[in-house]
Amino acid sequence: MREQRSGFDLDWWLLAIVLTICLVGLLEIYSSTHGSALRGMQWKQLTWIAIGLAGMLILSRIDYNALLDQSLLLYLICIGALILDLVAGHSRFGARRWVAIGGVDLQVSELAKLIIIIVLARYFSEVRTERLTLADLLKVGLLVGVPAGLVLLQPDLGTAMVLIPVAVVGAFLAGIDWKHAVAIVALGTLVAVAGWNGHFLKPYQKQRLSTFLNPAENPRGAGYQILQSEIAVGSGGFWGKGFGKGSQNQLGFVPVRYSDFILAALAEEQGFFGVLVVMLLYLALLLRLVDNAQKAKDRAGMYIVMGVAAILAFHVLVNAGMVIGYMPVTGIPLPFMSYGGSSTIFGFLALGLVMNVRTKRFVN
Amino acid sequence: MANWVGNDQKLPQGRLILVSYCIVLGVVLLLLGFWKLQIIQSGHFADLAERNRIRSIPIIAPRGKMLDRNGRVIVDNYPSFSILLLRDDPEQIKKDLPQITSGLNITVEDLEQQLDAARDEPKFQPIVVKPEASEADLAFVESHRVDLPELELMLVQRRKYPPSDFLAHVIGYVGEVSPEQLEESGDKYKPGDIVGKAGLEKQYNDILTGTDGMRRVIVNSIGKPVRTLDDTEPIPGKPIRLTIDTDLQSVAEDELNGKVGSIIAMDPRNGEILAMASHPAYDPNDFSVRISGNEWKTLNADPNKPLLNRAIQAQLAPGSVFKILESVAMLESGVPPPDYHVFCPGYATFYGRVFHDWVWSTHHSGHGDVGLHTAIVQSCDVFFYNVGERLGIDRLAYYATALGLGKKTGIDLPGEEAGLVPSSQWVESTYHHKWYPGSTISLAIGQGPIEVTPIQLVRTIGGIASGGVFYEPHLLKDFSPVKVVRFPISENTVEQVTDGMYGVVNEDGGTAHLLGYPILVQAKLQNVEFCGKTGTAQTISAQALERVSASGRSAYGYNTWFVGFAPKRNPEIAIAVLVQDTHLEAGGIAAPLAARFIEAYYQEKLGQPIQELQAKQATPQGPAHAQLVKTAPQTQ
Repeated sequence: MREQRSGFDLDWWLLAIVLTICLVGLLEIYSSTHGSALRGMQWKQLTWIAIGLAGMLILSRIDYNALLDQSLLLYLICIGALILDLVAGHSRFGARRWVAIGGVDLQVSELAKLIIIIVLARYFSEVRTERLTLADLLKVGLLVGVPAGLVLLQPDLGTAMVLIPVAVVGAFLAGIDWKHAVAIVALGTLVAVAGWNGHFLKPYQKQRLSTFLNPAENPRGAGYQILQSEIAVGSGGFWGKGFGKGSQNQLGFVPVRYSDFILAALAEEQGFFGVLVVMLLYLALLLRLVDNAQKAKDRAGMYIVMGVAAILAFHVLVNAGMVIGYMPVTGIPLPFMSYGGSSTIFGFLALGLVMNVRTKRFVN
Repeated sequence: MANWVGNDQKLPQGRLILVSYCIVLGVVLLLLGFWKLQIIQSGHFADLAERNRIRSIPIIAPRGKMLDRNGRVIVDNYPSFSILLLRDDPEQIKKDLPQITSGLNITVEDLEQQLDAARDEPKFQPIVVKPEASEADLAFVESHRVDLPELELMLVQRRKYPPSDFLAHVIGYVGEVSPEQLEESGDKYKPGDIVGKAGLEKQYNDILTGTDGMRRVIVNSIGKPVRTLDDTEPIPGKPIRLTIDTDLQSVAEDELNGKVGSIIAMDPRNGEILAMASHPAYDPNDFSVRISGNEWKTLNADPNKPLLNRAIQAQLAPGSVFKILESVAMLESGVPPPDYHVFCPGYATFYGRVFHDWVWSTHHSGHGDVGLHTAIVQSCDVFFYNVGERLGIDRLAYYATALGLGKKTGIDLPGEEAGLVPSSQWVESTYHHKWYPGSTISLAIGQGPIEVTPIQLVRTIGGIASGGVFYEPHLLKDFSPVKVVRFPISENTVEQVTDGMYGVVNEDGGTAHLLGYPILVQAKLQNVEFCGKTGTAQTISAQALERVSASGRSAYGYNTWFVGFAPKRNPEIAIAVLVQDTHLEAGGIAAPLAARFIEAYYQEKLGQPIQELQAKQATPQGPAHAQLVKTAPQTQ
């Protein structure tokens, strides 16, 4: 076995792309908040980025094989934390998603994402057959279903959903029988319908979903956010209204314009051109992740990288879709751009996993 | 370390590439979504964004003031706030309805009715929910900016009318434009606009109305104005100067206080109305905000008809005032000849029916031997019965019409009535029978189906005294062109008739002698040649009056007239006084009012303080009207 070649064998391209996205985010956070009581948020966000970068470096130095070794323990810690969160976590925005660790409020569910990526990577890499058996699929479903169910109870529908693409992408890469795929889709639909008619969804979640289906129904109510977001995006035109000049953004019509709807703020002020640039950055980020996966030393590494890619892609697609009314409002932030400590730190930690896999690529 | 690393297995490169394609596809789909919103529909959304942030608040143009002939302010404006309800979001309004109505102290039904009425108007057109906001209302709106963003304040200029019903019928009042007016006007008005509804406010609405401005403010998402974008300044309405003399109007108003009737004074040399009062009246200030249904009903149901401008709308029999027109007809036509005399025993018989003279009821005798002069002075009915019989209905009708009765005078006020001059033709076409000659006898003393308005009488009497030059009465100082009707009357006729009218006031036996004159003596205005004619018309027939009196009721009095002018030659003021439903005869009530008014006119002209004014002053409250306060009358 050869030693790794360098202590700083990072994916500099990946890092450059991510930091560019972060910079755009910082600028838009500044633009959205400088005229309001929230001014100065960009500095807080910069702190999160710095903490995230440090975390990324640390995580990239820990051999992912060690993490895979401890995946059962990690999984149990994850479940335990989620249960603890349900019992002791304090409520914020009507949802119990936060746990205070060392004075910093962190969303336990962000931690759950990382752990699920590792756990599923280990599980899929242990499968030696060409195709997953039904028993494999059931086990995967169980592995994802327990934490997802706990997150759903918090209640956080968005994050619960985020866990699913890790399993879906993993299953696809591991090989899935198309009959099973059809069955899963059918079952998923059934669950969704049952969930809608039963009492699994909170009223506000139902409201958000029904608003998504028919936003014009109640323009001042829940549909108001989507409508205002669409107005912001649409009124931006091709070149946008200019930095700090979006009326929807500056006058507060865009909901949480510095966080979940930051893309609407950007679309208004920088226009389609700005959106195009940002979306190409995300495309580059995601394709770079796939590239890293292709170059992974082993399947486990590949699954880790693709798990990260699946989660980030899901975030980008759902968040951008939400901003233009294609997706329901579920509180899913735009990675590296939206203001927020937990999601920013998660993003960099996930990158740390990717770097970690990358440093091992020449091993053997 | 366990070896999780399945080196024996190849990576599923094909599937990874498939995943990349999916990612590219997803991003492309998103970009298409953005393209649709930002490029294809950008105009629509840009429009919505503008509407989101820009709120247009009308700046109401103040209406033009009304000034009297000397430039004193009669009608002014004062600033006030109206509360607007923005209707962009019907759902929200429905939800907030109870809070709004209880906070602003209005009924849910009223507001719903208003919303209903405005349903077809564009959504961005706000409605006025509270026209005159109290301090409590303002505080309510300000403190609910966040949760009731649909409420907005608007500065308006409201009409301030003089108090105590002063000049009420002439001024008229304003109100919200009616649905009918809206329909007629095309684009001129929008709902909630204030327009003149009666009187000069209606007549000269186009002059008085300005052009509203608009303030565009940028509001944030909670409806709080962030800054003003631009103002389109309102163009104020133009003021109008009236021919009314505030002091003389005060005299007229005081005189009519507590009575039912009207006083009009006009300059017969040009048709300018110096004073026009009608009582009972109403307070136009009640209309300047928004009159409630109940107040309106009360005004409408009042048997004394306070909304009626008696000066131009009361159509009544002229009584003996008609004898002046008849005298002109007699002298101008020569039928009967000028030296015509009758003996008046107190009654006369025509067509087998006895017609009494008015003196019969008190004296049971007559006026004796009477010529035209005495007949006018003493208002001898028997003389004029005979003259009327000889002239005949059609000649009477011809002169009455030529001298200005039976048609509108054209005064610049809405709602003038035409009155009625009966003729044989009129009877045949209306009642399909021949004219009863007996009716001519009644008509000869101004009774029967003849109807005149006070404005007609003042114009007619002034015109006769001016030799047959009848000016169109008007209230606007710059009224032009003033139509003049000339019906030349010979110098001799004018002299004889005006001599007679001078005698009414100044000779022993004159029906207004000693009743009006002493005031003039007292005021040292003896040399003013005040001429006039009384008229007392029964409101119901003599027989009916007897029946009613027998039953103990005395509700039916007389309509008493006095028309006059001064001086005798080339008069400069003509006056018509009507007091309705009185138990005094004209000489007893209408004449003294006219005399005192003429006295006031000359006192003002000579620069003397106007005497005997009661406490009631034509002084609108507020500093803007300070110039209206007259110097306190000094007793001499």
